[in-house]
Amino acid sequence: MSKMLKKSLLWPFAVVAAIGFLSMGCSSNGEFGSSSDAAEKVYVAPGEHDEFYGFFSGGYNGQLGVYGLPSGRHIFTIPVFSQAAVNGWGYNEETKPMFQTSDGFVPWGDAHHPELSQTNGETDGRWVFINENNTPRIARIGLDEFRTQEIIEIPNSAGNHASSFVTPNTEYVTAATRFSVPMDEDNLQNMDVSIDSYKDNFQGTISFIKVSDEGHMNIDFQIRMPGFNYDLSHSGKGPSDGWAFFTSYNSEEAHTMLEINASKNDKDYIAAINWEKAAEYAANGEGKMIPGEHYRNYIDHEEGGVAKSELIEEVRVLDPRELDGLVYFLPTPKSPHGVDVDPSGRYIAAGGKLSTVIPVHSFDKMMTAIENEDFEGEEQGIPVLNYESILHGEVENPGLGPLHTEFDDKGNAYTTAFISSEIVKWDVETLEVVDRIDVYYSPGHLMIPGGDSQNPDGKYLVALNKITKDRYLPTGPEMFHSAQLIDISGEKMQLLLDFPTEGEPHYAQGIAAEKVKENQKRFYEIEGNNHPHAAKSEKETRVERDGNEVHVYMTTIRSHFAPDNIEGIKVGDEVYFHVTNLEQDWDVPHGFAMKGANNAELLIMPGETMTLKWEPKKVGVFPFYCTDFCSALHQEMQGYVRVSSEDSDVEVSYSTGQS
Amino acid sequence: MKISKIVGLMTVTILLLIGCEGGSDTNTEATANKEVEQELTEFEMTNGIGPVNEEITIDEIDPELAKEGMQVFDMKCGACHKMDSRYVGPPLGGIMNTRTPAYVMNMILNPEEMLEKHPIAKSVGSEYPTRMTNQQLTREKARAVVEYLAQESQ
Repeated sequence: MSKMLKKSLLWPFAVVAAIGFLSMGCSSNGEFGSSSDAAEKVYVAPGEHDEFYGFFSGGYNGQLGVYGLPSGRHIFTIPVFSQAAVNGWGYNEETKPMFQTSDGFVPWGDAHHPELSQTNGETDGRWVFINENNTPRIARIGLDEFRTQEIIEIPNSAGNHASSFVTPNTEYVTAATRFSVPMDEDNLQNMDVSIDSYKDNFQGTISFIKVSDEGHMNIDFQIRMPGFNYDLSHSGKGPSDGWAFFTSYNSEEAHTMLEINASKNDKDYIAAINWEKAAEYAANGEGKMIPGEHYRNYIDHEEGGVAKSELIEEVRVLDPRELDGLVYFLPTPKSPHGVDVDPSGRYIAAGGKLSTVIPVHSFDKMMTAIENEDFEGEEQGIPVLNYESILHGEVENPGLGPLHTEFDDKGNAYTTAFISSEIVKWDVETLEVVDRIDVYYSPGHLMIPGGDSQNPDGKYLVALNKITKDRYLPTGPEMFHSAQLIDISGEKMQLLLDFPTEGEPHYAQGIAAEKVKENQKRFYEIEGNNHPHAAKSEKETRVERDGNEVHVYMTTIRSHFAPDNIEGIKVGDEVYFHVTNLEQDWDVPHGFAMKGANNAELLIMPGETMTLKWEPKKVGVFPFYCTDFCSALHQEMQGYVRVSSEDSDVEVSYSTGQS
Repeated sequence: MKISKIVGLMTVTILLLIGCEGGSDTNTEATANKEVEQELTEFEMTNGIGPVNEEITIDEIDPELAKEGMQVFDMKCGACHKMDSRYVGPPLGGIMNTRTPAYVMNMILNPEEMLEKHPIAKSVGSEYPTRMTNQQLTREKARAVVEYLAQESQ
């Protein structure tokens, strides 16, 4: 009885609690991101387009993921540094040269920081650049066709992390070595020396890659640097245009157990580089040319979209010990990771991984300190400015492990706190924390469309989180990383959406869709196909033998190949299928898959020619077929190749439509 | 046995009912299509629907234009059309004896709408399993192709 009484008395409390919970659920802005309000903000109705393109680096998948924002829909993947069997990138004869390096054919890469090209400090929708961290390279992707168009290798570099960031008119893409390595004094050649001779022998380099109006990249100059680890970078803008800033850690020059040994100094450095001056020095022939073999690989649009590799043998190196005013060190606590310049170009925010504050330097104060030679010392011949003299201020209590900062259009900065898993919003002028929001979990970079340019679209923020556990249906020990979309249009940040991303996205870039989508290619004009092995009509299809090389000039169109019966191929032949897609219709690629081929399929866009090399090893009749469902008769889109023994006298013959 | 018969009867009844509904749908569609067909003007019935909305006449073949047309045809049309035999699409050897130049140009330049709305295009289209694709010819190129087809039709 007393129990029942208790129960009935408690009922109203339960109801009140439930109502309270429900109402909280509706109005909350954090964990309750799945409220209908949030859903409405990310809902893009069927047939409608997202407001922004988001370009997310694929990290260890080596590619670039393209997402629509705010929906978080994964709309495309652009193959860049890793072979992609899905369309033959790096497997077909046209794109293999894109993987050429001074270490030979490198079929995998670690893609880290995408960066949109800029004009007048604003994203312009022409290209995305992205760096490869492992075998130092930088790629340029054309946003007219969402394809990698050029990849340049960075010599005298061991790891390429602090890249690829652009100057406000895309004059340069910057790159800096993550790992310093032993380099001889004269020619910066990697040396066979004891690792514990680090302090004597190890050096780093920072590279400036000139970008032409057409997008061609070449290394204009490198700057020899002390043997630290160079981590991230951003260029100045507005008043600080002409300068670029690079974080470094390991000013201790440790070579083992860096977690302890490179975390001893209270401060490491941001290297401030006067690239305008460096460019002048380079143009005047200062510094010296040294051997520095590296490849520039590019898709030759003049010649049918076939990639070419060009070996460049030398590189110009500038030495800050000999050339005045090139580099200054800004002391920065403590093992700084990100370095981010606000849209006004006046402030330089660092993310001190082990720091309890976010140090923000003032560009004006930096210039005054340089003028007054207000140095606290020098480091291997490079002046170190006085910390107190250049500091705009420190953001107090910014969360644990601040890494990266992006900016909105209202004078606010947003910093990821990796260890405390939150995003902290602070006022760039007053340096006061004004809001914070939990993210799930461990955010590395974050992205606001245009958030590192002079004109951010301060509407959305994407947190790129390293740990995903419990956010989606489990997929075994491995899960896609999670991105979280946060509304930053109001005073309080509001979590809107979780979505999974491929690989390990590091940085991302966002751009208003209208800056990109009007310039899309929909097909390649067959008249303009300059591929040396194109068959531009069914009349031109043929099979030609040249020794043990056999060239098949084939066409595809819904729903047949021509020729589709080929005989006279022999074991030991090298067969090249040059397949031209005669379609002139948007979104109608054709696939070409050959049984037993040791590479991948071809996926040929309308109007293009692609080449698959096949070395038949067995006698018999082998089918090929189209992999991309193209019409009602897609399944009938097939053919046969007869393979005879090496000593057979079957002549080459071919046909289509004969029975 | 009895039960299965009843189930069978019920199934048939349901199928019939669905059939009726489906039938009425088809009827509606047919009516709609008729309406579309009725909307076609006399010009469109003869010369097709599309960007070419005036009559094109070919009095004497221009051999230069016909040659250009042949090159375009080989590149953009020849994978599906032969002159003398059915291939992916219908043979075109005598096409200009049965269709007007404007009709053929509209078929080249606007195959999607033609196949959807024009009774002749629809009827021919239904005999072939692969729908005619838009090969993005310019009006000038389509005109040249027609010149070539006129030459071949002589």
